[in-house]
Amino acid sequence: MIELKNVHKYFGHLHVLKGITNKVEQGEVVVIIGPSGSGKSTLLRCINYLEEPTEGEIVVDGIKLNHSATNINRVRQEVGMVFQSFNLFPHMTVLENITLAPKKVRKMPAAEAEEIARELLAKVGLSEKADAYPRQLSGGQQQRVAIARALAMRPKVMLFDEPTSALDPEMIGEVLDVMKQLARDGMTMVVVTHEMGFAREVGDRVIFMDDGRIIEEGKPEEIFQNPKNERTQAFLSKIL
Amino acid sequence: MNWAVVPPILPLLFIGVRVTVTITLLSVLTGLIIGTFVGMARLAKSPLLYWPATFYVEVIRGTPLLVQLVLVYYALPQAIGVNLPPMLAGWLAFSINSGAYVSEIVRAGIQSIDRGQTEAARSLGMTFAQAMRYIILPQAFRNIMPALGNEFITLLKDSALMSTIAVPELMRYGQMMVGRKAEPFPIYITVGAIYLALTLPLSLIVRRMERRLTKGDRA
Repeated sequence: MIELKNVHKYFGHLHVLKGITNKVEQGEVVVIIGPSGSGKSTLLRCINYLEEPTEGEIVVDGIKLNHSATNINRVRQEVGMVFQSFNLFPHMTVLENITLAPKKVRKMPAAEAEEIARELLAKVGLSEKADAYPRQLSGGQQQRVAIARALAMRPKVMLFDEPTSALDPEMIGEVLDVMKQLARDGMTMVVVTHEMGFAREVGDRVIFMDDGRIIEEGKPEEIFQNPKNERTQAFLSKIL
Repeated sequence: MNWAVVPPILPLLFIGVRVTVTITLLSVLTGLIIGTFVGMARLAKSPLLYWPATFYVEVIRGTPLLVQLVLVYYALPQAIGVNLPPMLAGWLAFSINSGAYVSEIVRAGIQSIDRGQTEAARSLGMTFAQAMRYIILPQAFRNIMPALGNEFITLLKDSALMSTIAVPELMRYGQMMVGRKAEPFPIYITVGAIYLALTLPLSLIVRRMERRLTKGDRA
């Protein structure tokens, strides 16, 4: 589903990604962990070209990403993204937030887009908030709407960029629950997170990144109970 | 000084008011269209968009409006042989002028919107134009309404300059009446008062919009 070949990214002189090669299979849930500044968010953002890799190749759903706009927009339709800061559209209602892209990008009739939106709102447990504006919702509710908004495009892959980091502790659970459900439904997911419980429970594979490189990867139980690399050990001992 | 000359000429002055308001409105609207595109061009990475837009803004903001006005009205005919009627020349010059100032307002408005908004829109597969149209510009315009209101007030006052190219607006009517009645003080005071009566309510509206915006941000 996603293939990364020797991906490098520089910000000016800063070498943020130093040759990432990896593969995400269909239906797989991959959790990326690592200290801040390790390049994990940048890697995620490269997958839908919010950041352009300086070097290397990325293939998503059989489409090789390149600089052409049509190509990028096509890939982005298949790749949903959830941000740390939600980024809901504040001038639109919850329903409008969810239906906009299906209507304008997928050219879906309004009635159909609305039907899908209401289904998704029910799925994330926010049916009664359809006509609310984002500022009237709590952080956890906003993030659940953001997930519904991404799902409305019927993406083949979902990317989560620290989706619970901006949330108050009591709201983290409701967002993780939605994500767990999504994983159980078979969605291909790449998740950057500090929620190790989530990684353990639904992750098929955990990738540990540090200093722009993949240091270690494997099944969650292997990584968490028996990390081989000392940097992984040091990182896990700090957070577990 | 004879104030009794004022009441009889008021109907004529009000004809001028209509022209003043109409031409200002038209110029701001055209300026808004020009300014929106130029403002976006000023944010473009491509030098083919950025440099012409920047050149336009710097030239217009660095030269007097009166010079721009007489260039369009008196100099254009000599250069390309096109004679514009005063109203059209005034509208054209003011639109070009307003476009430059509005473009800076629009640019600031776009920059005031969080980058995450563009990223969210683009990550949903929207094109740059769609993200601008549905996500960025609606939010930007809400934020810049007060600044646009101030631009309208400025233009309304500056439209008095059009009297120099014989546009029959308020100032021009005032001058004509002074020529006829030889009572400059009462008549020009009246003209000034009418401008004030037009701008004062607008200033109040702008201030109210500003207050509502800051309150909205806190909510």
